[in-house]
Amino acid sequence: MGNLSPQQQLVIQRMFGYGAMLFVVLLIGLPLFWMLSGSLKSTQEIYSTDMQWLPSSPLWSNYREAWEAAPFGRFYWNSIVITLFGAGLEIINATFTAYALAYLRFPGKNLIFILILAALMIPNQVTILPNYVFFGSTMQSLIGESWINTYQAIILPGASVAFGTFMMRQAFLGLPREVIDAAKVDGAGHFRILKDVVVPMGKPVIVTFALISLVAKWNDYLWPLVITQTENMRVLTIGISYLFDAEGNNEWGVIMAATFFVVFPLLIVFLFAQRFIIDGLTAGATKG
Amino acid sequence: MAETGRTGTAAIDESLVIARPRGGRNIFSKEWILFILFVGPNLFLFSLFSYWPMIENVRLSTQRWDLLSPVRLPVGLDNFEYLWQNSTFHKVLWNTLYFTVAAVGISLALGLLVALLLNQRLRWRNGARAVVFAPFMLSGAAIGIVWAYIFDPRFGFLAEMLGWFSIRSPDWLNRPEWAMPAIIIVYIWKNLGFTTVIFLAGLQGIPQDLYDAAKIDGANVFWRFRSVTLPMLSPIAFFLVVTSILSTFQSFDIISVMTDGGPVDSTNTLIYYVYEQGFVAFNAGRSAAAALVLFVLMMAITLVQLRYSESKVHYG
Repeated sequence: MGNLSPQQQLVIQRMFGYGAMLFVVLLIGLPLFWMLSGSLKSTQEIYSTDMQWLPSSPLWSNYREAWEAAPFGRFYWNSIVITLFGAGLEIINATFTAYALAYLRFPGKNLIFILILAALMIPNQVTILPNYVFFGSTMQSLIGESWINTYQAIILPGASVAFGTFMMRQAFLGLPREVIDAAKVDGAGHFRILKDVVVPMGKPVIVTFALISLVAKWNDYLWPLVITQTENMRVLTIGISYLFDAEGNNEWGVIMAATFFVVFPLLIVFLFAQRFIIDGLTAGATKG
Repeated sequence: MAETGRTGTAAIDESLVIARPRGGRNIFSKEWILFILFVGPNLFLFSLFSYWPMIENVRLSTQRWDLLSPVRLPVGLDNFEYLWQNSTFHKVLWNTLYFTVAAVGISLALGLLVALLLNQRLRWRNGARAVVFAPFMLSGAAIGIVWAYIFDPRFGFLAEMLGWFSIRSPDWLNRPEWAMPAIIIVYIWKNLGFTTVIFLAGLQGIPQDLYDAAKIDGANVFWRFRSVTLPMLSPIAFFLVVTSILSTFQSFDIISVMTDGGPVDSTNTLIYYVYEQGFVAFNAGRSAAAALVLFVLMMAITLVQLRYSESKVHYG
């Protein structure tokens, strides 16, 4: 580059930068484009040897066919129930636990904090079998009925929360002490302080954790797969994988439409809240 | 966020001091009862669904049981002996290693490259960051199905792209030697956004004066990268290595949807094996024993992280 002026070098550098950025965006974006375009293609367009980027005319009936191929209304309902209750319980648990760890006096508080942190090391994947046995035969002998294939069983093992507790405790401890002390002087009890001071002031971290939790519950796969048995209890992620197994490679258009059912709510959340989620995740990584 | 973090650490010490009960306090003070009320449900659920199952899992690993019969046969360490000698399990361990090393290595390298790119002063870089991050949020099951279509050897997008270069697409998901690379590609595609975003935050945390000082010393771009960027990023890189290893160990949905561990166990990893032994083959004992192996591995990696993140690995 010896005989280029600094300006020309800069232009080349810029062009290279934009080229690389375009390449990366295409690499990540094209599979999603392929899903959307496939979901609107006719069978001939999909099973033709020369590829078409876009369907000649969008075939919306793939979506109707997908919706009728399996009880997707029911799957949606199940996903919504387990996501709202699952994330809701996590958020409540995390908020109360974090508040107690940050502001309440208790002997052996540090031990409890360590116990909760240690739970981070026990991933749900390692406890699926014992938990399955618990909801099956153990519940049978305890209360006379098995809880396998119920909403409670899908939701409860994921209702306790270590990561979110940790994240919120850090944020709560960072709140200005004076405001909390002032509330105390005004005679506010802990419930009032939590409701009127800590929650409003800690809102960013609560919202961030709520988003992370909602997305995780919606996408959850292994536990719902194990603990549900009948079609009417399946959540969306399980529902489409069964549909995929059944229809396989013969109905790509319909399958892509069904896949979009699962992904669509996530894309909406993503459009409005990606910044919150990214900030929350990076804060967790960079503060150490 | 960084600022609240800093005041946060200062306040932790304070909370430790307060935790000691003061003289003359009633054992059943209102505050203690409140503490139990606030923390109790969380702790109860943890005990019931994390701690107790961990113990129960150890017990199950010493039994032979099909999940149905009323009798659980105690067999000592037979299940572990079986795993130790079983060639499928050896393959499973090898697959787990293959998947983890390739997926973690490549997604970290690519993540760093993309982060360096998006750290340049380019227009639309926030938009690009959003696109790169999107797949990380999407359901692994849905992603797996989309990629099964992309990998379709006759009508898939990839077959078409390879066709431009007159390369015939392998039958990715039905060939033992191609199935694992396919799974790795999907995993990287899905998780690239996470490593990118974390590296990017790390890059933005490097003080500009370090670069200025290096420039004055006459360091060119590559030397600045070698002597400033890399060492300053090493704690973050280490964090990413650990979290990515743990995430590959738990990666189940993509494999389950795309290959079901096949063909001929070529994508059967430890987590898939735990599921398969427990809920397909109904070998509770073997599943629990394999789960214990998985747990010990994850525990070891977490402990390494705890040890090293205390002694900051700037030049590691």
